[in-house]
Amino acid sequence: MSVKELVERYCRTSKLPHIWCPGCGNGIIMGAVMRALDKADIDQDKTVIVSGIGCSSRAPGYMNFDTLHTTHGRALAYATGVKMANPDLNVVVLTGDGDCSAIGGNHLIHAARRNINLTVVVFNNSIYGMTGGQYSPLTPTHSYATTAPYGSIDRNFDLCKLVQAAGGTYVARGTTYHTRQLVDQIVAGLGHNGFSFIEVITQCPMYFGRKNKFPSAVDMLKWQQEHAVPVKAAAKMTSEQLAGKFLIGELYHEEAPEYTAVYEKEVIAKARGEVK
Amino acid sequence: MKKLELRLSGFGGQGLITAGIILAEAAILDGNNAVQSQSYGPEARGGASKAEVIISNEEIDYPKVGEADLCLAMSQQACDKYAAQTRPNGILVVDSGLVKNIPEFPGRIYAVPITEIATSEVGRGIVANIVALGVINGITNIVTKESLETAVLDRVPPKTKDLNKKALKAGYQAAQKVLQREGE
Amino acid sequence: MPVPTERKAQLLSGNEACVQGAIAAGVRFFAGYPITPSTEIAEGLAVELPKIGGKFIQMEDEIASMGAVIGASLAGLKSMTATSGPGFSLKQENIGFAALTEIPCVIVNVQRYGPSTGLPTSPAQGDIMQARWGTHGDHPAIALMPASVREAFDLTVQAVNLSEELRTPVILLMDEVVGHMRERVELPATDEITVVNRVKPTEDPEHFLPYKPGPNLVPPMPAFGDGYRFHVTGLVHNETGFPSGKGKDGNILVRRLLAKIEQRQPSIAQAELYQADDADIVIVAAGSVARSARAAVKEARAQGLKLGLVRPITAWPFPAEAINSVATTAKAMIVAEMNLGQMIIEVERAACGRVPVIGLNRIDAELITPQDIIARAQEVTKNVR
Repeated sequence: MSVKELVERYCRTSKLPHIWCPGCGNGIIMGAVMRALDKADIDQDKTVIVSGIGCSSRAPGYMNFDTLHTTHGRALAYATGVKMANPDLNVVVLTGDGDCSAIGGNHLIHAARRNINLTVVVFNNSIYGMTGGQYSPLTPTHSYATTAPYGSIDRNFDLCKLVQAAGGTYVARGTTYHTRQLVDQIVAGLGHNGFSFIEVITQCPMYFGRKNKFPSAVDMLKWQQEHAVPVKAAAKMTSEQLAGKFLIGELYHEEAPEYTAVYEKEVIAKARGEVK
Repeated sequence: MKKLELRLSGFGGQGLITAGIILAEAAILDGNNAVQSQSYGPEARGGASKAEVIISNEEIDYPKVGEADLCLAMSQQACDKYAAQTRPNGILVVDSGLVKNIPEFPGRIYAVPITEIATSEVGRGIVANIVALGVINGITNIVTKESLETAVLDRVPPKTKDLNKKALKAGYQAAQKVLQREGE
Repeated sequence: MPVPTERKAQLLSGNEACVQGAIAAGVRFFAGYPITPSTEIAEGLAVELPKIGGKFIQMEDEIASMGAVIGASLAGLKSMTATSGPGFSLKQENIGFAALTEIPCVIVNVQRYGPSTGLPTSPAQGDIMQARWGTHGDHPAIALMPASVREAFDLTVQAVNLSEELRTPVILLMDEVVGHMRERVELPATDEITVVNRVKPTEDPEHFLPYKPGPNLVPPMPAFGDGYRFHVTGLVHNETGFPSGKGKDGNILVRRLLAKIEQRQPSIAQAELYQADDADIVIVAAGSVARSARAAVKEARAQGLKLGLVRPITAWPFPAEAINSVATTAKAMIVAEMNLGQMIIEVERAACGRVPVIGLNRIDAELITPQDIIARAQEVTKNVR
């Protein structure tokens, strides 16, 4: 499908152009999500896109589905309500690093723990963009931000490890450089019956790049290219070789009972006396 | 009957809340109004327990018990605290096995070994609350015997129905005894 | 405890009656977090909802519960949560979201002593203003205050109905006394209960404007999955539902949100008048305190002191008309409340200085007694003569 066809089918074209800055990776991720939804052949009328607050969370406004732009950090809580109320809906959550790992961190671990069938795509640009460049829990230590003028001393999360430990059953990491793989990761997430989590490393040249010696978006994409290591390749590498790099690809995958299905099968059935 | 206010007090695990609910439900079966409330939280968990019941053939507005017409005390601590919050012409029923020092009280006092009756006569200490209900109703006739029995049997596990019937009966008998003693 | 199909006297607590009211009104989704003294509502719905195919979920926190309730309502289910003071505070941002985006939902707040953790099991009425002004910005508010177990049932049904009719969050503002006390109650039979459902759009998705108001200023509301592909945002939006970033759209939107409640206000605002016509002193009291006031009126009249009662059933919109109706006939008004003076502000506003308005306030975690009220009335009588 051409970009034109993709946009005409899955975007609310009257809402374009989008508000994102030149060089921002958010459009790449939104495009990948739309391609994945197309590839997965989802029913456009039975799909809900939910987001929180931040640059990334503006994406649903441009997407031609039922869309819900919630409060800061709470996308997963709202999405849980949507999915519980009507498990027939495909529910996709688009969120940012601050939205989902700081203010919404509690909802992230608990949604993962329940293994509720949501597909979560995190736009990780390592910074709070909407508010003008403050450090987030995913900002690498020693990076600069408006609220870390001397370099951030905070240790950053490995969000994929966190979600896996919390009980998420599909965990992958992609980048805005490796877009084909990203589409496949999101397709896999959409197809997975459980909590799917895809962290996408993206670039914010405006607020992260300028403060951290990346003159342009291209430099940031190059950095992704040079530092991303596919899971398979990493298996053959030493820890010295892997120092400073990050893994991309499917990081974890297991099949486990999905929350809304278990609710139907166990809770409702028991309450109705159909099973003991 | 116009209005009767009761306070059932003791410690947690004696089933006083259940007893309060049963009494209120029996009153409803009689066609009367009833309000039941209880202590909650740390007070309820720290050992002390209290249930209050108001029974009336009129509307019950203020739902709390101030000075009770009848106070059941199933612990020394409860007796020390609540005897004084009972009307001077009211009734104080104490579990004589658990309350050794009955404070000065101007009204009628009935000392009945409630828990001991449950343990030795009925065979299970756990039904002390139902014995207590038999005692209270035997003394006061607040609710009809039929309604009380129905209310008890509605609230207890099916397998324990006979046990609870026995407990209620034992309570009534104990009440008869103390009333007789009073009459002598 | 299924909703009985015919009237039968039973012993229920306010919280239990609220559960039954929710089921009767068609609530099919509940998300909550344990908090005293409202927990019995969550426990009751955890039992009842799955029996009828409804959904119950215990969320990770109060904020998540409110979010899930809004999400479920958008997916088409009548949705409710229950909490108490601290949780009510945490939910406020998302209550504001529901107000702005016009998502029907009911928030039960069984008030307890505050601020902060306060006295978790003790009664208070300190959230009257929080129920009105808890979230930021101008927004509509409806809050109902039951005084009895039967009313806990009726007002839960009404809260659900109003939220569905007006597409707005509605607060059931109980207090600990009413929530926890058990009393004899006869619940109405199923066919005696009016159930209101949200209006769905009739036009096809092509021509649908999700925030174009109907004649009652309320926009029809499809569910997610109905094929309308609409956008919901907490940003200021126009009739299309999309953020506009324009102050003039905010002006239109927020004024309409208030107006849709205001134009229904005469029928939403409710108060009960008891012996108020010829009363020398009118007590104004709501929730459990109104029960004490009623007892005080009876007792005082027996002693020759002419008391009356105005009992606001809706805290918001405040039933100013009821206050008005006695402001010229009474010699004084006493506002009895378990806080340091919240409802009295509204009573004073409604009385417009035509009658002295005196507060009677307790914050010692005890229900105001009939004796407290009579004593204050006697004192006031001396002074106004």
